[in-house]
Order: sequence, then C-alpha cells, then structure tokens
Amino acid sequence: MRHTISVLVENQFGVLARISGLFSGRGYNIDSLTVAETLDPTTSRMTIVTRGEDPVIEQIIKQLNRLIDVIKVVDLTGVDHVEREIVLVKVVAQGEKREEVLRIVDIFRGKIIDVSPEGFVIELTGDEDKINAFVNLLKPLGVKEVARAGKVAMPRGLGKLGSVAKSVEKERKEGPELAGSSKGEGSGALPA
Amino acid sequence: MAEMTGAQIFIETLRREGVDTIFGYPGGAVLYIYDELLNSDIRHILVRHEQGAVHMAEGYAKASGKVGVALVTSGPGATNTVTGIADAYMDSVPIVVFTGQVPLPLIGNDAFQEADIVGITRPCTKHNYLVKDINDLARIIRQAFFIAKTGRPGPVLVDIPKDITIQKTEYTYPEEVRLRSYNPTVEGHMGQIKRGLRAILQSRRPIFYVGGGTVYSSAEEEVRALAEKLKVPVALTLMGLGSFPAHHPQFLGMLGMHGTYTANTTMQNADLIFAIGSRFDDRVTGRLKDFAPHASFVHVDIDPSSIGKNVITDVPIVGDIRSVLRSLWRLVEEMPKSEVAAFHKQIQPWWDQIHTWNQQHPLKYEDSEEGIKAQYVVERIYDVADENLLVTTDVGQHQMWAAQYFRSKQKKSFITSGGLGTMGFGFPAAIGAKVARPDVPVFCISGDGSFLMNMQEIGTAVQYNVPVKVAILNNFYLGMVRQWQELFYQRRYSEVVMKAMPDFSKLAEAFGAKGFTIKKKKDVVPVLKEAMKIDGPVIMDFHVLREENVYPMIPAGASLSEIVVGPPEK
Repeated sequence: MRHTISVLVENQFGVLARISGLFSGRGYNIDSLTVAETLDPTTSRMTIVTRGEDPVIEQIIKQLNRLIDVIKVVDLTGVDHVEREIVLVKVVAQGEKREEVLRIVDIFRGKIIDVSPEGFVIELTGDEDKINAFVNLLKPLGVKEVARAGKVAMPRGLGKLGSVAKSVEKERKEGPELAGSSKGEGSGALPA
Repeated sequence: MAEMTGAQIFIETLRREGVDTIFGYPGGAVLYIYDELLNSDIRHILVRHEQGAVHMAEGYAKASGKVGVALVTSGPGATNTVTGIADAYMDSVPIVVFTGQVPLPLIGNDAFQEADIVGITRPCTKHNYLVKDINDLARIIRQAFFIAKTGRPGPVLVDIPKDITIQKTEYTYPEEVRLRSYNPTVEGHMGQIKRGLRAILQSRRPIFYVGGGTVYSSAEEEVRALAEKLKVPVALTLMGLGSFPAHHPQFLGMLGMHGTYTANTTMQNADLIFAIGSRFDDRVTGRLKDFAPHASFVHVDIDPSSIGKNVITDVPIVGDIRSVLRSLWRLVEEMPKSEVAAFHKQIQPWWDQIHTWNQQHPLKYEDSEEGIKAQYVVERIYDVADENLLVTTDVGQHQMWAAQYFRSKQKKSFITSGGLGTMGFGFPAAIGAKVARPDVPVFCISGDGSFLMNMQEIGTAVQYNVPVKVAILNNFYLGMVRQWQELFYQRRYSEVVMKAMPDFSKLAEAFGAKGFTIKKKKDVVPVLKEAMKIDGPVIMDFHVLREENVYPMIPAGASLSEIVVGPPEK
C-alpha cells in the first residue's frame, strides 16, 4: 500500500543523503520525495511517498526515527490530510489544437506560464489523479515534455504536523503496539 | 578566556570527556593534533594498521563499558577504519573515531589523501560529522560521545579538516549536551511491563532469550535475580555470553546455529519467548517462518526498530534493559509467595522436559589421544585461568568452540565479532581489552586464518608490553569454510588451504614476543600455565586435529528443529 510520510529533519547538509541512503540501503522504495526549508530555517520538511506492506512501513518509520537528524516522522496515510503535486507541461500546438489546449487548461484550472507561436508551457497543481488525467488528455495534442514534482502534504484543519506527531512519538516509545501493523488482534495467545 | 587552537580544543574536550587512552596512527592531516598530544597526559597507543586501532577501541569499550577512541589521518587512514566501524555498528559498540581531513578549501578537489569518509561511513555509523567551523568543534565532540554511549550504543565518526586544527577561537566547554531530535527512551512503559509479567505468569513453557543488550546495559544481576526468582530457563546469544553464570542450573547454553541442542530445542518449543536485549538474528531463529511456532513474544529493547523487525511481537517494551528489569523485579517482589510458588509448579513439567533434552544431547565432543582437539584447548584455557579471564575471539570454528565452552566469572568477559563476523577482530580487540582492564588475564582465541589478518599488531602489543595471550587453534585450514564444503559441497575443498603458513612461534619471536608451538596434547596445559606467568604478549600455536567440525549445527536456512547434534555415525 502507498503511504505518504512527512519527516521533519534538521536543516543540515547530508540529511537528504542519510535518508535516501537509508531507503536504498535497506531496500525500501521511494516513489517520490520532496524537501524544502520550513518556517523555521533550522528545519526542513521531507514528504516521502513510499509503498510496502504494513510491517515494512512500520520499519521505515522506525528506521527514520533512528536517524539522529530526524526530529519527527508522521505517516499521513490514515490521518485526514490534503496532498498536492505540481506539474509543468510543454505542449506543441498550432491552429485548432491551440483552442483545444486552452479549453482543457481552463477546465482543470491550470495556468499558461509561457506562450510561443509553436505552443505553451502549462502549470497545474492538484492531486495525483487530477495531474494524471490532465497529462493524459493533453498527450494526443502533442505533449513534448513533462516536469513533475513530488507530493507535498499537510493534515486538514488547524492541527500542525507537530500535534499529529504526538501519537507517533508515543508509538516510538511503546514499539509497534500502536502502529496498527503488528499482529494486534492476532496476539490472542496473550489475554489482555 | 584564552584563545585555543582546534588541536588544543580537541585534546581538552577529550580530556574532559574522561578519555584516558587513544588508539591511533598519525599522518599529514592530523599533525597539529599529534603535536598537541605531546602536551597532554592522554595515553596514545600507536597501532600498526588503522583497522587495528578501531578494533582495539572496540575491545576497550566492550571490556570497560566506556567509549573507545580511535584517531587516524585522512584518506587511506580513514578508509582503513571502515571495517572496524561497520563491525562496531553491527554489534552496537560505543566508539568515537576521529579522522583527519584535507583543509576545508580543498575538500572536493581530489586532493592528496582526500576521501569522503563521512559519505563512506554514513550507512555504518550511528551518526557522523564533518566539522566545518572551529566554533562547532567542542560541541560536536561532546555530542559524538553522548550519541555513542546512550540509547543503543554505536560508532560515531568525526571528520576534522586540517585547517580547523590550527585555527583559533575562544574555548567554552559545552557543559550540557542537548539534541532535540535524539532522546532515547530509558524507562519502560509501566503498562507494557505489567503485560510482560502477566505473559510470563500465564506461560507454561517460558524461556529468557538474553542478548548483548544486557551486557551494554550492565544488567547481569537483574537478569539473574529475575530468572532465579521465577525459575525461568535462560539461554544466551553469542553476544550475550557472560551475562548469566555458565554453571547456573537454569542455564541452557548458547542459542543459534552452533548453540546447544537444549537451548535451541527449548526455544523452538516455548510458548513464551521473553527476549532481553537480543534481536532475533537469522543465526538464532533459523528459518523464520518455522521459528517457535507456538510462542508469544515479549521483547525488551532500547531500540524500537529492533522490535517487530523479524518476528511479530505481542508485548513490546522499549527501554533500557536494566531499568525495565528493575521495574519488573519490583512487580515480582510484590507478588504473594503463593503465586510465585504456583508459577514454579506450573512450569515444572517444562523443566522436566528440558532436563530430558539435556540428558539426551548434552554439549560434548569426542576427545582424542592421537592429537589435540581444538575444544580440548579451549576447555583448558578456562581451567588454567581459573575461569577468571576475558576472552576475545576472531571468526570461524574457534569462535564457536570458544563460545560453546565459555565459562568466565568476569563480567563483560566475552568479546567477539558477532554481527559483521570480522576475521582479524580478536587480536587487536584483546589488546584494547587488556589496556582497559590490566588486572584481568586476557586470552585471544583465534584461528590460523583470522590471526593472519591483523597479526601486525604483535608489534603494538610488544611496544606497550600488553600481556595478551593468543591461542591460535591452528588446523591449517580455513576451518569453517572447509566444514561447509565438507557438509554441503560434497567435500570439494576450494581455496581453504594456505600452503605457505608462517611458523607463528618464530613470527612472535621476530616481533619480540614470546612464541610457542604445541603439537602434543600433554604440552597444552604446561604451555598455557607458562604463558600465564609471562609478563608480556605470548603467541601459542596449537596444531589441532585438522578436520574437526563444530557441532551441534543448524544448517543455514533450516529450522531449529532440524538441528544436527553430531557427525553421522560411522
């Protein structure tokens, strides 16, 4: 299953290498990864999209927590949250096709950010499905290049990642019990 | 406050950290530090190879419980430490390795003796640092020691560019170490501890599965007290040896691939495995999907990532072993006597079963009068030292024999390379251990192949007169590889014989150490006794029977129930 994991880290050189090295060294997948400074310039936030069975995700979170430079880890999957991706699409379009492209951009509430006689560069944000649909619609019209950034994500409402993190902190203390990924009910061998 | 150079800050901060010994090797990038070392009372042990320095620091750390320190130069000096660092990472050994680096402006320029050691060691250190500002130096050193010794211990590397060591700044010692992103859980969660105890009390076939975490946490007394009070059988991992008395009636022996029949069979048939500072390594569990099919698991460990990694844990308890076991002990103390007695009665049939297993297949070997059996030498070492010794080992058959027949009354007395399995570990580790605990006899039990890998350190042992006793169990084979080839590759021996073996006794003499060659069984004990009397390093070359195999053995990838107790009947 796919998980979006938000990781708050020290804003120091080498942190990205530590995290990407952890994933490659232990054989975990990264579907996408974005990183940028937060409001506090001493920290950065990484949003990592990864996939794996529950025990694997649990290990990923624990191994991330084990890194000294990692401050907080939150698995947003299972938390009510919003996610966005951004894409830049270069379309070659002339004549009637230009009209069609503009219509699609309008429907998706995209933005033309560069125009030339041969075509456009279009910017679109949205969730993954929307971006996929958009790119697929443009393809027959002449997509020349696509630049797509990884996912960024945030919990809904006023809750900060910090407060969501408390539950994760707790899990960090007590091991996998609360991760929902251990045997859980299966531990029937032991009466509660 | 006076200005100090980076080199002075380095020495002063180490001194305040309580460092009394550095294992090191000088070179261009650390010249200012070595110059400053002359003004200090910190003892420096000049090694013969940087790998030796790191293994000595490991031996020092494992024998003393303190942080071991190595200091080397940039480039090859740094890269030579990598095996030692990886070894310390796998076995959670608290060490700090300082490497010189080319001056900051040259980094990235492929300068002479430049290596990106921070990049190289990122996956095999607990944490590492490149110092980019002299004002960070003292803080980073403090943090390095703090990280190395707290939580699950491990190696930390600090890379110091040469220009930093000659720059000057006001020195303020950072009294407090604080890391917002690092705060290991020490106290266990009380609710979880109660659940853990309940699990024990409800079990009918419990076992304590005790590993190296117990040794690092110095929780030997706690394990013993709890085990005795509840009368639960105890089995140790390779790394846990020494944390429970070898002669104790509740001791089942070592677990794992070459562990005892009783320990492995008890584990496999248990209904409750209470894991203490151990990590369900593949060498212990055998084929995972058939491992202890009837068991529930309680797992006490300071590293949450160790819990639930290989087996699904019913009761995870994150915390320091000693602290958790003390809490558990208090709960047990509060129990009515009748309840404790009822539990003893409840597990009595389990003990009857265990005793039967032990009578059926005790740990044994067939001694020989025709030659020297390696196991015989190992047993006599423990005898001659009156079970009052530290043992280090290399990796291979000799390591397993040293472990199977291990019996020392000393704490932190079995020092071996478990996780990484580093041949060449034992001898330098013995030197480090002896430097840390000069009052206790230190034996390195080694093999002919392993010893050759770091034999250059005889020079170090001689220079500082570190009286370690090396027992090479020489079968003129790479014995463990040969054993596997015999058992699993139809005796097709491939590259397991070194046809140009040195005369180890003469080699020792060439370095200025005392050497012995022992070819007859009757000479084993007298030579060991003589070696004990010599105040200096001794290399003993025991020519043992060549094709002896280590038994019991659980073949790789097999289940614990497929344990082979001995050679096929002739």
